[in-house]
Amino acid sequence: MNILYFLVGCSVLMALIFLAAFFWAYKTGQNDDVHTPGIRILFDDEDIAEKSEKDHFSS
Amino acid sequence: MEDQNRTATQAVCYHCGEDLPKVKYQLDDKDFCCAGCMAVFKILSENNLCNYYVYNNTPGQRFKNDSHLAYLDEPKIIDQLLDYKHESSSIITFYIPAIHCSSCIWLLEHLYKINSAIFSSRIDFLKKQVTISFNHEEISLRQLVETLNQIGYEPLISLQDVVKAYSSSVDKTLVLKIAVAGFLMGNVMLFSFPEYFGLSGFEKQFQSLFGWLNLAFSIPAAFYCGRDYFTSAITSIRHKHINLDTPLALIIAVLFLRTAFEILFSTGPGFADTLTGLVFLLLMGKWLKQRTYHHISFDRDYRSYFPIAVTTLQNGKEKPVSINEIKIGDRLWIRSGELVPADAILMKGDAWMDMSFVTGESAPVHKVLGEIIYAGGRQTSEAIELEVIKPVSQSYLTGLWNKDNYKKDTEKQNFNDTVAKYFSLGVFLIAFAATTYWLLQNDSHKAWSAFTAVIIVACPCVLALSTPFTLSAILSVFDKKGFYVKNTDAVEELAKSDTLIFDKTGTLTSNENAEIGFNGSLTGEEKIIVASLLRNSIHPLSRHILKALNVESFYSLNDYKELLGKGLYAQINDHTIYAGHLSMLPITIKSVGETGVHIVIDHTYKGCFDIKQQWRPGLVQLVSKLSKFKLQVLSGDTDNDRWMLDTIFTKNTTIRFRQSPHQKLDAVLQLQHQGNKVMMLGDGLNDAGAIKQSNFGIAITDNINNFTPGCDAILKGSALNLLPNFIQLGKDGLKIIKISFAIAIAYNCIGIYFAVQGTLYPLVAAVLMPISTVTIISFTTLATRWFARKNKLI
Repeated sequence: MNILYFLVGCSVLMALIFLAAFFWAYKTGQNDDVHTPGIRILFDDEDIAEKSEKDHFSS
Repeated sequence: MEDQNRTATQAVCYHCGEDLPKVKYQLDDKDFCCAGCMAVFKILSENNLCNYYVYNNTPGQRFKNDSHLAYLDEPKIIDQLLDYKHESSSIITFYIPAIHCSSCIWLLEHLYKINSAIFSSRIDFLKKQVTISFNHEEISLRQLVETLNQIGYEPLISLQDVVKAYSSSVDKTLVLKIAVAGFLMGNVMLFSFPEYFGLSGFEKQFQSLFGWLNLAFSIPAAFYCGRDYFTSAITSIRHKHINLDTPLALIIAVLFLRTAFEILFSTGPGFADTLTGLVFLLLMGKWLKQRTYHHISFDRDYRSYFPIAVTTLQNGKEKPVSINEIKIGDRLWIRSGELVPADAILMKGDAWMDMSFVTGESAPVHKVLGEIIYAGGRQTSEAIELEVIKPVSQSYLTGLWNKDNYKKDTEKQNFNDTVAKYFSLGVFLIAFAATTYWLLQNDSHKAWSAFTAVIIVACPCVLALSTPFTLSAILSVFDKKGFYVKNTDAVEELAKSDTLIFDKTGTLTSNENAEIGFNGSLTGEEKIIVASLLRNSIHPLSRHILKALNVESFYSLNDYKELLGKGLYAQINDHTIYAGHLSMLPITIKSVGETGVHIVIDHTYKGCFDIKQQWRPGLVQLVSKLSKFKLQVLSGDTDNDRWMLDTIFTKNTTIRFRQSPHQKLDAVLQLQHQGNKVMMLGDGLNDAGAIKQSNFGIAITDNINNFTPGCDAILKGSALNLLPNFIQLGKDGLKIIKISFAIAIAYNCIGIYFAVQGTLYPLVAAVLMPISTVTIISFTTLATRWFARKNKLI
């Protein structure tokens, strides 16, 4: 059962890593704007964009 | 489908969606309403940016370029505006009101295609901000702004950008604290389970490990996450009054001390899970309370109306100067459409000032040489020269803002703080009574545990939670109906108000749908002539009248002249036509009113277009629903509409006209001295002082992206008739809080029953607290929805 000492240490360490990851994400401003990225992802990539532009003009 | 698209694109401008004029502009088979829109399209198509039109139909904004940007070349001003500057690259953030759809995001994030000196641009859609990094050696700030102007996205650069006082750093640490508290709570719960479920003999070796881990986790919970409660409690005790944070801080301290004591001396499992859970929930409540509406700007003051620079004349040469640097005696050069930033004397030129910021009256006022023009006036006619008599910081408007009789926030005691005082007293009474009892029984161990247990179990955390939960649920109901309240504290003020003061223009009337009436008669032919003349002017009156005339065809005209702020003149089909103010007409007309747009064709007076203000719909019902309140109307306008107001309002309503901003402010102050809780509803800067002074100030606006004065709430004009429902829901909200408080007391009685006996086992505390919290939160949520439905707000 002594393995539990190790496992408890692991679980606390893991939780600390996640906490640190959250701190990092928050401090780099990833939560500052939660609206715009959702729109941004809908934009076509550049090469496809050229094509659809042509479509747009020809229609 | 395709046909539908075609007809849609033919009827309106391909770029901005405005109706097409008879003579339309065409490029690449596309129709445009004006040369500006066509120019934007041309820029976009030349730079391969026509994807702009893919994401939305007619996403553009009308192109207008009347701004003077010379001030953006001044190094001092540039430095104030830039966020960051290093060697060759700079970063700047602009507020662009025109951002409104996904096409805007796409275009503004592809600025680098228009000018290669722009490295990148990022949009924050909700805040309508774009952050641009660019090479300032290749493109100047002015060129950058001009580029934005060209594509129809004019940044709004105001004095408030320079004074960047606001930052959300408070919120940021709170979220981090919540993250830490959540982490601690999760772990402590995990390590507490074995204790509660019972440990078999060989697992006992872990007991002390879990205990020590729990203690280790309690330290940051109490001293990092809960630090604010201690500091707040200490300051409130120093000021000799008790707020809700005082008992909370005491509980956190007692929980921590008892946990440390029990674990250090191996006498029990401690209350680590209660402590971490409590701190986590309290912080959540606090976060809910702090979460304000970032996409609407509340704390705008006079600075956001003022530009950051003004043109001065130095030795006859124009030089842009930052507003802060204006001194007495400086000569200002105010062009058409610009705002006078400081009180000044008119030295040269013809001044037609739109003083709507100051007085609420939007009809231009004529000023003669030597007259004082107060800050906030907007010149509508040709450029004028002024001499400054007071610096900006001491001008009329600024003085209104900085008057020091504004309410002090510390004096406000909300419901929670009032209850907290009695609550703390009661808890201490019970705790000391229990301790004394056990000491008399000579059981000092039980006395100590009873004392701590009572304090632990009598936690007012429910009170700290139910208020933000209820009020933020109410805020979201308000939000959906177009009533945006600044924060949860303001709801209490809303519920308490008993006196309502209305401003007239823009509040009881709507600025957007003015009704045009014509005194006189025009034949069909003459209508066309008038319309042909007016459509050349961009003056709002001309556009209103043009819309009302509803004419299909137009004549071409010769010899067109526009005297800004006065009127128009042209030759059409051998007719000479004048439209505008009395003073510009070629003939003198007597016995007609001053206001309105007068029409003279071939030296014959035809009549006058009158702009009637449109009263907001449902006003009569609104006033009858508000009969419980004391009502007042303070108008900055003339008393033309007195009869109308008299029919709407009852006899005991005070209606006053020609009120200056200072008089409005004084009226609010006077009512407050009489012990009234005043709610002020107004729109422009002329009500700003009164709105700020009132207990609950509402800024009414037809477009929430407009600037609004500093206020407690922003109300959409169309939602004005719901005002009684909003007030009622605010009152119901306070009722909900009181009921939830009663529920909490019931739970506390159970807990105290165990606590006074000194037998409160940590498990009971750990179970009781979440159960009471869940009950309270679900009760407040359901009750809020029920009351919202009752008030017809869902």
